[in-house]
Amino acid sequence: MSTQVTKVSPASLVSAPHSGPGPIERILDSLPWWALPATVVTVLGLFGLYSIWTAFLSGGINQSGPYLSPFYSPTIWKTGPVSPALWVLGSPLLFRATCYYYRKAYYRSFFWDPPACAVGELRHRKYRGETAFPLFLNNLHRFLFYLVLIVTGFLWYDVYLAFWAPNGHVQLGLGTGIMLVNVILLSGYTFGCHSWRHLVGGGLDCYSKSVVGQARYRAWKWVTVLNQRHPLWAWCSMFSVVITDVYIHLLRAGIFVDPHIVF
Amino acid sequence: MAVLDQPASSVDAPAENALTASGLTGETLTLRVLKGVPGGEPAEVAYQVPVVTGMVILDAVHYVQHNLDTDLACRWNCKAAKCGSCSAEVNGHPVLLCKTRVDDLPPGPVTVHPLKSFPLIKDLVTDVSRNYEVNREIPPFTAAPDDGTPWRIPQEDIDRIYEFRKCIECFLCQDVCHIIRSHDLSERFYGPRFFVRVASLEMHPKDVLDRREQTREQGGLGYCNITKCCTEVCPEHIHITDNAIIPLKERVADVHWDPVRFVGRMLFGRKED
Repeated sequence: MSTQVTKVSPASLVSAPHSGPGPIERILDSLPWWALPATVVTVLGLFGLYSIWTAFLSGGINQSGPYLSPFYSPTIWKTGPVSPALWVLGSPLLFRATCYYYRKAYYRSFFWDPPACAVGELRHRKYRGETAFPLFLNNLHRFLFYLVLIVTGFLWYDVYLAFWAPNGHVQLGLGTGIMLVNVILLSGYTFGCHSWRHLVGGGLDCYSKSVVGQARYRAWKWVTVLNQRHPLWAWCSMFSVVITDVYIHLLRAGIFVDPHIVF
Repeated sequence: MAVLDQPASSVDAPAENALTASGLTGETLTLRVLKGVPGGEPAEVAYQVPVVTGMVILDAVHYVQHNLDTDLACRWNCKAAKCGSCSAEVNGHPVLLCKTRVDDLPPGPVTVHPLKSFPLIKDLVTDVSRNYEVNREIPPFTAAPDDGTPWRIPQEDIDRIYEFRKCIECFLCQDVCHIIRSHDLSERFYGPRFFVRVASLEMHPKDVLDRREQTREQGGLGYCNITKCCTEVCPEHIHITDNAIIPLKERVADVHWDPVRFVGRMLFGRKED
């Protein structure tokens, strides 16, 4: 019997130099604990104010040529005492309000419950979390997902319409591109939803013995990929909705002319 | 809270000292350790510790124990971030002492405190026995009596559970959870570690028990408001919130909050799993 001896050079025992946190991590670590809540409050507050202005105070349906603002799609009851946006905004806004990611954001930033990890809380009243009204209504998130699916379908239809010039020819405009990016981001956000992840396959214990279990397992894995970046999709899609709406406002006001090619 | 100062010992450390002179960087770390016993007045004691290359906070605590203050109490075991014993709070953040490098921390004094959410035993050692009581409340893995072994479980059925098996029970997630830490609801709330355990059992393809109602009632799942601090502090990088707590909330919603599924169960009379 022979014994094999492996020689190890001393140099191989020295570990690689420790790089530590990267520059972005160091900057984030150096920020005070209140920086993130303050940013979230500011951005969500501005988004709320902008939504109120564009939906109720900007003078009717925000539409220019083939481009329709996502705040007004689908256009239900175009005339009436209240803005048509009222009938549209409910489900997307409540979908976001009950979204698991946004819950984290506003519990931390608006309710300070907690404002940051391992930071003391200012309020010490009786804590009930999501066990009591009104916050237990967040459990209805999956129903708002069903409604938002319908709205997302209409937004894809709007993008289809945006490809058609008034004379019936195909057109490619900057507005078409903006609307397409917007609906892609909104779809990424919607289909990365935690409730959808559960409904599509996460609720199963045993894929191998379930009806269409393999398909649901694959679907669950795809949704998981989107879900892992859910916060990023949430923020990007929120900004893209505003950008799309602002762009159409600019066209409608005649401040900007949409560059486009008609085929 | 008093702050006391202890001088650094000579660089010529005793032979048993783990910090040999060969790796010295020439820098000195000010380590402020909270010392105390139950009922006593806690005091933050400052120690001067010579820094060596690659030093972690547990090394610094050991240096203090060996050279400056043999009375300092600290729980540790593997020094490889796998036993979960050396949990403490460094500069206010719940971490493993053995995984927290000195050169990753901002310059200046470093504070080391015991876990805030658990009763103090001495210095950096806390009583985490409440966690083991909670663990006993959870019904263990239970297979169907007629499900004979050996089992052949397809990979896709067991994939999700591997992540939960990485838990080292350091209880940092329990410590940072504001429901236990700030609201003192540990008697009515299982906490993130045990939602991970429940999730691993509920998702197991061979387990036949239904723990959803218990998790909602006794476990206080509804108290969790998904602020993800548990995920942020997990040294094993388990996605506690996204992969354990939210799926459990959705499973509870299947029972209590989904009339569509309720109608489905009425029509087809079966649980979907």
